[in-house]
Amino acid sequence: MNIVVFLKMVPDVVEELEISSDEKSLDTEWLRMIISEPCEHALEQAILMKEAYGGRVTAIALESPEIDDVLYTALAKGADRAIKLPGDWSGISSPLEAQIYSTLVSEGIVGITDETLILTGSQAIDDLTGELGAYLAGMLDLPYIGVVTGVTVDTTSKQATVFKEFSGGLKGEFGVPLPAVLGIQAAEKPPRYVPVAKIRAMMKSIQYETRQVSPPAVSARFTAKKMFKREVTGRAEMLKGSPEEISNRIADILADRGLL
Amino acid sequence: MAGGILVVSEHLRLELADITFEMLGAGKKVADALGAPLYSVTIGENIAPLALSLGIADTVCVIDRPHLSMPSPDTIASLLKGFIEQKGISLTMIGGTNLSMGIGPLLSMKCQLPFINFCTALRVEEGTIVFTSQLFGGKILTDICLSDNRGIVSLYPGAFPPEGGRSERTAAHESVDIPVEESKIAFKRFIEPEAGDVDIARQDVLIAIGRGIQNQDNVKLAEELAEILGGVVCGSRPVIDQGWLPLSRQVGKSGKIVKPRLYLALGVSGAPEHIEGMQNSELIIPINTDPGAPIFGLAHFGVNEDIFDIVPPLIEAVKARKGDR
Repeated sequence: MNIVVFLKMVPDVVEELEISSDEKSLDTEWLRMIISEPCEHALEQAILMKEAYGGRVTAIALESPEIDDVLYTALAKGADRAIKLPGDWSGISSPLEAQIYSTLVSEGIVGITDETLILTGSQAIDDLTGELGAYLAGMLDLPYIGVVTGVTVDTTSKQATVFKEFSGGLKGEFGVPLPAVLGIQAAEKPPRYVPVAKIRAMMKSIQYETRQVSPPAVSARFTAKKMFKREVTGRAEMLKGSPEEISNRIADILADRGLL
Repeated sequence: MAGGILVVSEHLRLELADITFEMLGAGKKVADALGAPLYSVTIGENIAPLALSLGIADTVCVIDRPHLSMPSPDTIASLLKGFIEQKGISLTMIGGTNLSMGIGPLLSMKCQLPFINFCTALRVEEGTIVFTSQLFGGKILTDICLSDNRGIVSLYPGAFPPEGGRSERTAAHESVDIPVEESKIAFKRFIEPEAGDVDIARQDVLIAIGRGIQNQDNVKLAEELAEILGGVVCGSRPVIDQGWLPLSRQVGKSGKIVKPRLYLALGVSGAPEHIEGMQNSELIIPINTDPGAPIFGLAHFGVNEDIFDIVPPLIEAVKARKGDR
């Protein structure tokens, strides 16, 4: 199989997020970037499929802080090829990102065969304009399905069987002909851990490729008026004191409500 | 008069989803403010009866034909493109749900209209719709306007009251015929949820764990607290994806919707997908080191401390009170 996985970086929301002075974007100075969680699962699903059906995995990402580690990690996990697209892509929208990736196909850097599966994360926390995978499928005229949590492939008929989550644990099974684009919500197994030593060894033994791509023409399709932090004070009464004092207060609240 | 506002009704297994009424309520508000007609369209097979309860819309349409029981996002987008052109629609609302995911971007490309995701609020200011979307796990909000109010928006489930979209009026529906190519994607079957050892939707007390629980070994601490409180442990998506709890214990968009008497959340940040599943709990108490965790926004009481400092003495405090009786 020819499995292509696009990896996206997003701000780590465990860290404090600050708004830039233009009030229309995040202040990137102190931003810590990490791989988008669904993309980490997409990579894992790609490696699982390579192990099950053979073939090659190509991991591709736009340049971003920490992206080198992410690409080397992908190689250490089992990807055969990694490609970085240099440039300042901060705040890029999904349709523009899809446009860039579709040029990799049109320029022959990434080939699409009847054994190709393109995997993306199902949705990222900053997908204000929607999911990358759907845009990419539209541009490449390939079938697309998102919120995927499992894939099997019949390599003879070139058909994938795809499992999509709905809600309440209900899933749907779909038949999808290859080539196709899938938005992965969760891999069939938790993303594997690779020791730092293996990643460092990978850095010495193999290099990722870099490919220059032209930034697509940007046409403003909507106007971002203002970005602001959500007030989280809400209605909560915050309990303060020593751990014992807080614990006793919680226990009192539970007792008052008849929960003990 | 402005172009129409269209709500794409969402249904599964011949039942309308709450998001349909949430969108109709939001759509009605915008349509009234702009003096625009409100349309609904229901797409599927044998779904015409569902349209009867969508009477708040000025025009209730159905696209009801064989082979549309579980149409692919691409098929729905193609049908909607035809509908938008036929009816002169300005703004199309779709559900921000797993079921509808993918439709927005595909429709955006087919119609060359912008798509706004994650919308949790909207208002009309001097004839312009201002959409508020939540980003970065619900920590950041952004206000956006569309050129000429034309575009597609996905509304976040639970963000708008469904009551606003219900009406006593029984609607006569208009059947709409739009040709569409057969999809390459074929729906095969539903897969029912795995039966877990307990149904978390039926529990009075839930101890929820999130990424802050750190590793599988620490789940025992939550289980000890759950046992002493007579409840069970559930979790947010990362905990399930790591395999620390079974899928049957997941709360949120893809998991269960729960309304326990007590929802004690340990190291759960409150990503929108999680909040969707627990926001109607009677008593919500999160413990989290991040003072900006969105879950504090809907909590009744909150503790901005490390769960590993609080939970052990909490177990002892509960034991002491139980021993007092």
